[in-house]
Amino acid sequence: MQLVCPAGNLPALMAAVDAGADAVYAGFRDQTNARAFPGLNFDDAELAKGIRYAHDRGSKLYLALNTYPDSARLGQWFAAIDKAAALGCDAIIAAEMAVLDYAARSHPDLPRHLSVQGSATTAPALRYAHDRFGISRAVLPRVLSLQQVERLCQKSPVPLEVFAFGSLCIMVEGRCQLSSYVTGASPNRHGVCSPARFVRWHEHADGSRSARLNGVLIDRFQESEPAAYPTVCKGRFEVAGEVFHALEEPTSLNTLSLLPQLLKAGVVALKIEGRQRGVAYVKSVTRIWRRAIDQLVRNPAEWQIPPAWQDTLSELAEGHQTTLGPYHRAWH
Amino acid sequence: MRLSLGPLQYFWPKPRVLDFYRAATQWPLDIIYLGETVCSKRRELGTRDWIALAEQMAESGKQIVLSSLTLIESESELSGLNRLVQHGGFWVEANDLSAVQLCREQGLPFVAGPGLNVYNHQALALLVEDGLRRWVPGVEQGRQLVAELCGAYFSEAATLPEIEVIAWGRLPLAYSARCFTARALDIAKDQCKFRCIDYPEGMALTTREGQPFLRINGIQIQGEEITDLGPELGELRELGVDILRLYPQAEGMPEVVQRFDSARGTLLAPARAGGRNGYWHGEAGMRVGQTEPTVI
Repeated sequence: MQLVCPAGNLPALMAAVDAGADAVYAGFRDQTNARAFPGLNFDDAELAKGIRYAHDRGSKLYLALNTYPDSARLGQWFAAIDKAAALGCDAIIAAEMAVLDYAARSHPDLPRHLSVQGSATTAPALRYAHDRFGISRAVLPRVLSLQQVERLCQKSPVPLEVFAFGSLCIMVEGRCQLSSYVTGASPNRHGVCSPARFVRWHEHADGSRSARLNGVLIDRFQESEPAAYPTVCKGRFEVAGEVFHALEEPTSLNTLSLLPQLLKAGVVALKIEGRQRGVAYVKSVTRIWRRAIDQLVRNPAEWQIPPAWQDTLSELAEGHQTTLGPYHRAWH
Repeated sequence: MRLSLGPLQYFWPKPRVLDFYRAATQWPLDIIYLGETVCSKRRELGTRDWIALAEQMAESGKQIVLSSLTLIESESELSGLNRLVQHGGFWVEANDLSAVQLCREQGLPFVAGPGLNVYNHQALALLVEDGLRRWVPGVEQGRQLVAELCGAYFSEAATLPEIEVIAWGRLPLAYSARCFTARALDIAKDQCKFRCIDYPEGMALTTREGQPFLRINGIQIQGEEITDLGPELGELRELGVDILRLYPQAEGMPEVVQRFDSARGTLLAPARAGGRNGYWHGEAGMRVGQTEPTVI
């Protein structure tokens, strides 16, 4: 079982590789990937360096090209695929049909992973991406229960990768319009959810703070409350006379306790979310998951989770809390 | 231009659904989409009932299309989808890739619903090879994107499939494994007792300063505003849009259909009756900042 870790920049990539990532995933510094944040990602020279660093240490580099180009911008995505092939990336992670089709025709030897943004949740959907674009792996959306993941592992035409840890998208990925409804900037088209340029914080006289996204009040925090970054799905709103986190609380996915079942199910890779996070996050999270996987594979009968691992993961989690998310029926 | 009645997004008691569609056969509509697109637990009408209703309504002469679930997770949901496709007598509105694949395997013509991601002409061309006959652009795709896509498609000397644009209704924005209605009522999804049936147009969600914002509809989130592309009818026509989609609502649906039916017969676009769809104009979907007056 492979550990696939986020690399928002070269220092994070090196930290992930050093901490034992089997593969890192990265993106170009433009809208061709779903973490198009200012100051993040790689130019060609940095990516070449990153690939060399990973390959020299036995790790792989996957390139995320997982946004949805409109007709006028297709050429930019195609050029990015050409570059990924030329630079020696080990796979591309893509969601959009024309992008996958171009990659399959132009660079048949460059492996193609179906991105989580591709929203494939069933065997027929995976069959489509396999028949049509020759994908060799798919990343599952964070909507399936553990039992559904287990079943899909048996029926899928390709090996499956699942999310193991990190910020939790609670909507079906690749099909969520909440951010674009408020800002006009679309995760699918522009590669970013709740762009920072639309976020405004206001400090009030009583010490409380409000967070707005393009003018829409996402939440208000008392002086003593930790303030969360304003994404629509993790704000507090009023429904039927009550104010609460109507969609989800600020929380991160943490499936460490499910690791034995995921391994047994035949999941081939675990993905750590967080290309927007710093080196410290990448290093700590990678190191814990590396040890967890190694110890499990070596001695499944005596595998257990030291409390310190969970404490560290919780400290690094959004809102300092974690959930099993959709893997656990009670979350639904 | 033709008018379609989009799939019912809410959960209504069976008699209400049947009354609604019985009436709809008399409205000046050309196409009616039937089926559950949001939550498979909603069983007032099961897959077999929807198919039976479709067979019955096909006698009205309108085109009937069977709409598929937008998010498919379980084996039972997949067999429901299989039944829609295996029937073979109706086009299917494919709202996810599973439906595309099953239609493709079966050789059944399909409509790409707004739940499917089609952002450029090459993706559309691939789906046409698979059997796509009609495309409903996703909610965030506006005038410019549709125009560019059609232009690019034409330049490759291909015949465009039909284009159907959402002209009236609350926009479906997101889907989750979680049921937000159950969460709001503090009950578990697995013991939900189908309580969304108590909310024939979903539950209103407002910001903490009282701004109407979203609608909770089971596992689906909609925009609060009922969007209206009536005033944009001229440019829709110029773009070559074939079909206007109107989403069912609990009250006043005959008037909505009537208004669009009258409008399509004239060159004069109707005054705005619902909210402005910002997406269509390349902006945020909802109205942010300044507002404009509405007629009704």
